[in-house]
Amino acid sequence: MNQNEFIHLIAPFKDKVFRLAKRLLVSNEEAQDATQDILVKLWDKKNGLENYASVEAFAMTMTKNYCLDQLKSKRASNLKIVHTNFASNETRVDQKIEDQDSLNWVEKMINELPEQQKLIIQMRDIEQYEFEEIAKILDMNETAVRVNLSRARKTIREKMTKTHHYGIS
Amino acid sequence: MELAKIEQLLEKYFEGETTIAEEIQLKQYFSTEQVAAHLEHYKPLFGYFSAEKEEQFTPTLSLKTKKQITVARIAFAASLVFLVGIITFINYSPNNQPQQTNAELGSFESPEEAFEETHKALALLSEKVNIGMESVKYINEYENSKNLIFKK
Repeated sequence: MNQNEFIHLIAPFKDKVFRLAKRLLVSNEEAQDATQDILVKLWDKKNGLENYASVEAFAMTMTKNYCLDQLKSKRASNLKIVHTNFASNETRVDQKIEDQDSLNWVEKMINELPEQQKLIIQMRDIEQYEFEEIAKILDMNETAVRVNLSRARKTIREKMTKTHHYGIS
Repeated sequence: MELAKIEQLLEKYFEGETTIAEEIQLKQYFSTEQVAAHLEHYKPLFGYFSAEKEEQFTPTLSLKTKKQITVARIAFAASLVFLVGIITFINYSPNNQPQQTNAELGSFESPEEAFEETHKALALLSEKVNIGMESVKYINEYENSKNLIFKK
């Protein structure tokens, strides 16, 4: 497999890898580094990739493991990740500022979820994976994925209703 | 879409039982302007999901691994050192060395000549030593004057 073929192969899911990494690592830069590392690892394994039924699922599993490892080593060295990327990359129109603010609320709520639920929300609600795929990527059974997803969605709903009614979270 | 159906879908959604198609329906509904007032607060949630999907990995991917580069560099450096080592070994090997040192030190073929030269060299040496001795003699003067003052 040459470089062009590889880039063609990863094109459909490299953004998904990045978004998943960002969901877990929060910081844009860290997510970029992680994506870079994961794709390079994938490139190193390029000759074995034919053995995988879905390279995308394999890449997502790698991303999940890589990011969880990163978080673990961070916590071990007592470094807390701070939210640095609330500002959107694109310059939004002024009238959308308020919308943006409530979107930030949603982001904050999702970021407060446990990692497992973050992963599932990211893959289901944002990337729109089927339960079967999520179960494969996370190495869980489908029922557990459903239960976790429902729990995560309900937590978000609860927090949102609170914010909506009292203006606090 | 009628409100009752949306409410029903939402309920299913929070139970984690909606299909992808139904979730897309929900996202579409909440992206429109006509969202029922009591569901308004779900708007940012679905808006956020749609917005997040737009984010992209922008940096250009470099597939050259750092590891490979260092390995190549180390191999290159090692072979260079090896080459230099071999060259120096050949140039300064014991076979060449004695001849070179003989030439540098200047050796004599006949014993007489060698004796003569050695003699000259030793004479030069003793001459220099004597010069040194003469200057040391002054020290005796100090000794004398000291003895004058501090009589035993």
